[in-house]
Amino acid sequence: MQAYLDFEKPLVELEQKIHELREYSTENVDFSSEMKKLETKAEKLREDIFSKLTRWQRTQLARHPNRPFTLDFIENVFTDWFELHGDRNFADDPALVCGFARFEGQPCAVIGHQKGRDTKQKVIRNFGMPNPEGYRKALRIMKMAEQFGLPIFTFVDTPGAYPGIGAEERGQAEAIARNLREMAALKVPVIVTITGEGGSGGALAVAVGNRVLMMEYSVYAVISPEGCAAILWSDGAKGPQAAEALKLTAADINELGCIIDDVIEEPSGGAHNDVKLASENVKAYLKKHLEELQQLSPEELVEQRYQKFRAMTVMAEEAVEG
Amino acid sequence: MSWFSRKKAPISAVEKKTVQMPEGLWTKCKNCNEIIYAKEIERNLNVCPKCDYHFRISARARIDLVLDKDSFVEMDADLQSIDFLDFKDSKKYKDRIKASVAKAGGGDAVICGEGTIDDLPVVVSVFDFSFMGGSMGSVVGEKITRAIEKGLELGAPVIIFSCSGGARMQESILSLMQMAKTCAALAKLKAAGIPFVSVLTDPTTGGVTASFAMLGDINMTEPRALIGFAGPRVIEQTIRQKLPEGFQRSEYLLEHGMIDVIVRRQEMKQRLSQMLRIFTKS
Repeated sequence: MQAYLDFEKPLVELEQKIHELREYSTENVDFSSEMKKLETKAEKLREDIFSKLTRWQRTQLARHPNRPFTLDFIENVFTDWFELHGDRNFADDPALVCGFARFEGQPCAVIGHQKGRDTKQKVIRNFGMPNPEGYRKALRIMKMAEQFGLPIFTFVDTPGAYPGIGAEERGQAEAIARNLREMAALKVPVIVTITGEGGSGGALAVAVGNRVLMMEYSVYAVISPEGCAAILWSDGAKGPQAAEALKLTAADINELGCIIDDVIEEPSGGAHNDVKLASENVKAYLKKHLEELQQLSPEELVEQRYQKFRAMTVMAEEAVEG
Repeated sequence: MSWFSRKKAPISAVEKKTVQMPEGLWTKCKNCNEIIYAKEIERNLNVCPKCDYHFRISARARIDLVLDKDSFVEMDADLQSIDFLDFKDSKKYKDRIKASVAKAGGGDAVICGEGTIDDLPVVVSVFDFSFMGGSMGSVVGEKITRAIEKGLELGAPVIIFSCSGGARMQESILSLMQMAKTCAALAKLKAAGIPFVSVLTDPTTGGVTASFAMLGDINMTEPRALIGFAGPRVIEQTIRQKLPEGFQRSEYLLEHGMIDVIVRRQEMKQRLSQMLRIFTKS
């Protein structure tokens, strides 16, 4: 599906021209020199656009309709994928996919938010916004991974947990809270990758890991820019300003020093331009961190994760007098 | 040109004779609209004597209400929020902190410390909604975590009285992480077999509900408190439907199995004492 963002438009047009030239080329007509020129121009334009992205544009990239979703990463990074369904209490939640697979031949659990690309899929996946049963399913799978001593990989890409009547009635808050507490105590390695939108508690509920990685054009914040703007500016359209204030990009969060462990580089123009390469990058980082974590005992894993989150504090502590 | 015209001048309001009344002598109940002598409400623990509406109370008033007289020893009062992101909306976060600290005379949105309930040692954390809507940033998360760790150290039950709009947006990602941090500490408390009672008071929403506040071994609320994950306005905008009567109120949550019991303010201390004695060996 052809989909692009406003600021990608000049680039897309240029690429279209290149594509047309290629179509017209025959054995007799050679456009290769013109094509080369245009390709250099496109590359320069891309660098130019992507070096000056605002935080709001990065947020849009994180939500790009062509961005690889969890199932794309599962296809490209893992083998032997076996999806499991249901929370054993109420329902299955297609917004959060869970199952087992192999990473470099080793069995593991994989959990991640799933968005849809076309309208039908978007509705089925509830725009990547899980209900309580999604979080409960995820916890069930994580506990199962712990039972069998398997590492857990989670992929985060959600606008947030679903705010609906049913979600409230079935305990959205309780489901998220329980995941936070239980994930903190898991005795197996947990590696979290924020791939797109890290939307508040709905993201965090599967993101308490020994390692937390962010892809270059992903974002992570306590509230969506639109939600923040609606509350603080009383105007949901002030999203761009709120995005600036929230400092929600991977680079911003990396600068805080205590939240994430690595930023995963994306192919030029963003992960959607080369899903295979993006997946290879992700795989390399997952491999490195898994190898490090496999050196730790179950108790050390729990303690390392606890200390990691325990240290997430920025404040002033005045010396107590007397 | 209108069809009808007035012959007489409209009846004008009686010229306002302002009755001089000392400020705050009378209070209108938000629920039943009765005008009530303020002292009477105060004597009734800030509960409307006519309709049993529970007014919001300050953290200090809550501490006096629940703990034995003079037993409270505050901890970590010196922790202060800082504006590490240079966050600015209509006002700078820096200035918001300054104004709130000046108004409250120091501290942040939660007060923590040790004390006793009928001579049983406990660790309490009490939110103060008047400090930036009781929002949770680094300082609040740190104070709650330290209070839980204190409970672990002393083997004393931990009680948290929540009253909060949720995470503090001005601290962005760091405020989100306080949810994980506090819940991780609760995992340790649970493993150590120490009771944790969560008392949710009006209002408790967002990141506070979706972390420690819902994880009590016992979840208690006061009557008619607003408790939820998403705020009612957000839900209404998302689903474009009217919300059911009493949605997200204590009684609704009790009906849906999210809380154990609704306790009136007058009985809070006695019920806490009764419950904690069942869980602790004496």
